[in-house]
Amino acid sequence: MAVKDRVPMREQDPKVRIKNFDEVALGYTEEEAILEASRCLQCPNPTCVAGCPVHVRIPEFIKAITERKFEEAYKIITSTNSLPAVCGRVCPQEEQCEKNCILNRIGKPIAIGRLERFVADYALQNNIEEEVKPEKKNKKVAIIGSGPAGLTCAGDLLKMGYDVTIFEALHALGGVLTYGIPEFRLPKRIVEAEIERLKKLGAKVETNVVVGKTVTIDELMEEEGFEAVFIGTGAGLPRFMGIPGENLNRVYSANEFLTRINLMKAYKFPEYDTPIAVGKRVAVIGGGNVAMDAARSALRLEGVEEVIVVYRRSKEEMPARAEEIEHAIEEGIKFEFLANPIRINGTEDGWVKSMDVIRMKLGEPDSSGRRRPIEIPGSEFTMEVDTVIMALGTSPNRLIPSTTKDIQVQKWGGIITDEDGRTSRPGVFAGGDAVTGAATVILAMGAGKKAAKAIDEYLRNKK
Amino acid sequence: MRKRVLRMYRIVRKEVLNPAVKLMDIEAPRVAKSAKPGQFVILRIYEKGERIPLTIADYDPGKGTVTIVFQEVGKSTKLLGTLNEGDYIADFVGPLGNTMEVPKGAKKILGVGGGVGIPALYPKLKMLHQEGYKVEAILGGRSEEYVIFRKEMEAVCDKVYYATDDGTLGKKGFVTDVLKDVLENDKEVDFVITVGPVIMMKNVCKMTKEYNIPTIVSMNPLMVDGTGMCGACRIEVGGETKFVCMDGPIFDGHLVNFDLAMTRLNMFKKQEKISLELYEKEHGGGHHGR
Repeated sequence: MAVKDRVPMREQDPKVRIKNFDEVALGYTEEEAILEASRCLQCPNPTCVAGCPVHVRIPEFIKAITERKFEEAYKIITSTNSLPAVCGRVCPQEEQCEKNCILNRIGKPIAIGRLERFVADYALQNNIEEEVKPEKKNKKVAIIGSGPAGLTCAGDLLKMGYDVTIFEALHALGGVLTYGIPEFRLPKRIVEAEIERLKKLGAKVETNVVVGKTVTIDELMEEEGFEAVFIGTGAGLPRFMGIPGENLNRVYSANEFLTRINLMKAYKFPEYDTPIAVGKRVAVIGGGNVAMDAARSALRLEGVEEVIVVYRRSKEEMPARAEEIEHAIEEGIKFEFLANPIRINGTEDGWVKSMDVIRMKLGEPDSSGRRRPIEIPGSEFTMEVDTVIMALGTSPNRLIPSTTKDIQVQKWGGIITDEDGRTSRPGVFAGGDAVTGAATVILAMGAGKKAAKAIDEYLRNKK
Repeated sequence: MRKRVLRMYRIVRKEVLNPAVKLMDIEAPRVAKSAKPGQFVILRIYEKGERIPLTIADYDPGKGTVTIVFQEVGKSTKLLGTLNEGDYIADFVGPLGNTMEVPKGAKKILGVGGGVGIPALYPKLKMLHQEGYKVEAILGGRSEEYVIFRKEMEAVCDKVYYATDDGTLGKKGFVTDVLKDVLENDKEVDFVITVGPVIMMKNVCKMTKEYNIPTIVSMNPLMVDGTGMCGACRIEVGGETKFVCMDGPIFDGHLVNFDLAMTRLNMFKKQEKISLELYEKEHGGGHHGR
């Protein structure tokens, strides 16, 4: 069989999309999906599945697409993946399933992510539901945090018949899918639709509950009858650099900047009440996906003329997905590589005026395997910017470990668990960024899935 | 707009304390059960609303209610003021922040409150009074009607001094004018708690530092999530950056950089003005509740 080229996915024109927050990638049509699916070689021993943290039965669902059995394809995917419309959009497939595709030897891998998205969107549009009628188990499980780890764990436990309540600190569900990832990459109606499916499966939801403050895990277990708890609270604490001028007005953490825009819809101010204040020239510090999200969001705001990503290593070492970097370049985001801020300068009344930066060079590889950036003495220069966004990564919140008996944590705050998500306390499980530190949506989902299995095992063995 | 409010957290009592300040008891059993003096809540009135942090003024675990007091300064607080008993607000989360620690070894505690800082000061002094401390307070405002929560404060304080800008209640002048008299004449006062406008807390702390009396303040900066996620609330304490929502809201007043705190409050002044003007245009400026 001849391997034809990968079917491209239609996208909004960069000149148009930088004026709106609508989704950039537009998805496949049925014919496009079938054409792309027909490239799959249907390997008898599929290596792609091994690359998927939630083990989606990839060749099977792709085969169903070629036969135009989209509903069947959906059922195959959702038998192991609770959030396919999300995964099809934000998973780093190029590092996982698609990386293992046999077609890599002779051309581009099969576009697994795009096909997954197609199937999930088809199901949402046509109101196709999963057929799950598990036998009810009269046991209550609390899920703390409604991000990808918590939602996946909840989905799997619901399908096993458990009585699941999801507790969320914010007023809206979805965790990082809602407050972090922008609308143009992951529309919130998609996140809401996936959560609606969980509610149909029987999930109970309590928003505005900060576990550790509003109620503790000990209270949930001792007073409210929860027999097991899953902690999926993510890594929400933003890092700053500790340089002078970081508390000037218009210096944001990427978390604040994105939360205002995504969760609070500040890009629709004054229709929505939450404001955002930006100047004309915005610097975003960092080289990950969050930095790309912040930069591209900033570019879309009224009044912003230029957005510059400042990264201390070079383009090759950027941890952001290649697709995100490409999209940013297409949209006109500028890059200042091998540069690191050393000071933010302010006006007399406390607003950002400029930023002093030092040139870097790359030295020997460090523990991450990437070449370590080293300052070049005397190479300081000043960038004229009036808004600075720090996208330097995040760490787990210590609120729950500090208010729960017998939960052990790493020095840096991550909750200690075994491979299946068991913490040091029986009945309490954890997974996702709260355990690993900031990682990806799909790894968090994989952890939620493993924990659901471990919770089931724990509850079945408990008397 | 009221019709859009989700049926979540019911307003069970509303009182107009003065032309600019209102009190509400909100039905929020989980918050009421866990609340402690010093903590705050964040509320959101409706779907398009912003998240507003407010210090808890009182709480009743039995009734499941939490008392808030707010001054109508911008669109959100004006909109909140139009709601009435029986109405609902969309979101109400808490208790957030740390609880106040009892100042061990202190003999006589002096509370200094101004404006809506007075109800924020109240649960702290109430607790200290119940713990058996000698408690006095200096309360101030523009004029008599702006000095709120007097009855409540007098019930938990051994003595209450007043100061008003126009002299309609107590001494004519600022709370710091009374503070100076008290510190000069009463050498027993060995701990001060102050809550109010940033400029007032700054001046109180400057004075208590001269007298070398430990002083704590409760900060009320801009916030978004209130759980440590965003850093909008950061201030400097002893040269270090702190998040008010996680590390506070109570801090050692002699270490807080108040000038920075005031500057940061101006971050969205322009947008706040736009929002308020639009709201008043739409509502004719006369759309007030009871």
